[in-house]
Amino acid sequence: MATNIGPMAYFQEQLQKGVFMIQRSRSTGKFTFYPRAVEPGTGSDELEWTRASGKGRVYASTTLYPRRKPPYNISIVELAEGPRLMTRVIDVAPEDVQIGMEVYARIERDLKEGQQGAPVLVFSVQPEARGVQS
Amino acid sequence: MNRLRGKTAVVGAAYAGVGSSPGWTSMELAAQATKKALDDAGLRLADIDGLCAATFYHFFPTLTVGEYLGIQPRWSNSDTVGGSSFLSHIAQAELAIDAGLCETVLIVYGSTARSSRDLNGLIETPETEKLYDPMVPVSGYALAASRYFHQYGATREDLARVALSARQWAALNPDAELRDPLSLQELLDAPLIASPFSKYDCCLVSDGAAALIVTRADRAKSLRKPPVYVLGNAAAHWHREIAQMPDLTVTAASVTGPAAMSAAGVTHGDIDVMQLYDAFTLNPILFLEDLGFCQKGEGAAFIAEGHIQPGGRLPVNTNGGGLCFAHPGAYGLFALIEGVMQLRGEAGQRQVEAPDIALIHGNGGTLSHQATTILGTGNCLD
Repeated sequence: MATNIGPMAYFQEQLQKGVFMIQRSRSTGKFTFYPRAVEPGTGSDELEWTRASGKGRVYASTTLYPRRKPPYNISIVELAEGPRLMTRVIDVAPEDVQIGMEVYARIERDLKEGQQGAPVLVFSVQPEARGVQS
Repeated sequence: MNRLRGKTAVVGAAYAGVGSSPGWTSMELAAQATKKALDDAGLRLADIDGLCAATFYHFFPTLTVGEYLGIQPRWSNSDTVGGSSFLSHIAQAELAIDAGLCETVLIVYGSTARSSRDLNGLIETPETEKLYDPMVPVSGYALAASRYFHQYGATREDLARVALSARQWAALNPDAELRDPLSLQELLDAPLIASPFSKYDCCLVSDGAAALIVTRADRAKSLRKPPVYVLGNAAAHWHREIAQMPDLTVTAASVTGPAAMSAAGVTHGDIDVMQLYDAFTLNPILFLEDLGFCQKGEGAAFIAEGHIQPGGRLPVNTNGGGLCFAHPGAYGLFALIEGVMQLRGEAGQRQVEAPDIALIHGNGGTLSHQATTILGTGNCLD
């Protein structure tokens, strides 16, 4: 899937269309996230885009307690494909997010105040959200 | 042992404006610390021909400092890797001095993190992570703590013991910001900021500046204070953002500790006093393990045995650390200065008994950059 834009722009463009894409190295078979121009560690530029499974597990999690807003979650999710990413786990009270929980990718468009419409990759504890809309 | 062991020495060390300094700029505080460090060494500004600096507010820190002080360094370096930048600077200065690129290096830092309420300065968060509103840097360390709790069954009480030890040391340091005693229960009852951390698990946000002067060992001998020799250095980094850290419970200190000790020709039992960069209470636990003073997962138990607190056999963060002494945005230079003061016997009530070897461990980013420096008295060179 050759593109004429950089990997980060391509990723965002796909996310905007409702698709969560991830890179895989043709030479090592390993997945890479965040999107990069070369594979970290090997420097291989044979990275191809593939649709992410959308499945993952919570690797680390914290609940933040801002002064004037309700508490919210920040987690690191380990994707079924291997790489980890920073995200937010939704559809559960922030304090109830547990390490090891299975979570499912979802594209949220109004997560951040003042940036409505921008697609953000979050993870739900609800399996029915598994199929990221395509 | 490395070829450079003991070839350079710290000859001047000072801090200024530590705590709250409203109405002052970071450069003004840095210049004050420089003046005090020069006086400490018995040197003049004109003696400085090498310069290292890193601040949160200046894109070209060595250019800004050099101009402000009106010096024309022959060599400079502004490796900027967070709070541990200054340990990197010592290592770079050692090489530059050995190579003859310069003779006497000023390492300087200044911050108005408290008065300006500008905690992060020029530090950027990736666009892909900003979307989630992480509280930088506390959320990164909180994530690491969550993983550590999960894997090793640690608790908030384990973190609280780190804060308690820091308080006990700070009570002995008239320059420390937080000196009032706190009970374990008060620590545990504090509301959370980023689970599992309350405010007591987070370092201070202070104003302040620090300066260190390093020169050739043969020149150091004729200066005002007994030289504190640079015995060994090592630095490593494995990631920038916490989500990319290979294992949230293991830092690159596991590489820099053994490397620095090997370079210095010392073993764990030789270390008389340690400064372990405590941006958060989790850090000293991780660093005790990664530096090899106990096994992985046993840092909390080691601390609970009382080893690191006043009277313990391995005194850690003897000035009260970033948790209770001060933390002006970056703390590495202050950790180095406390190591120097201890080795010179200048630490007053908190003085450790006749130490010869100090290990200073710096941390930058979110457990990202790790750097270990081993300093020693003249007794180490016999």
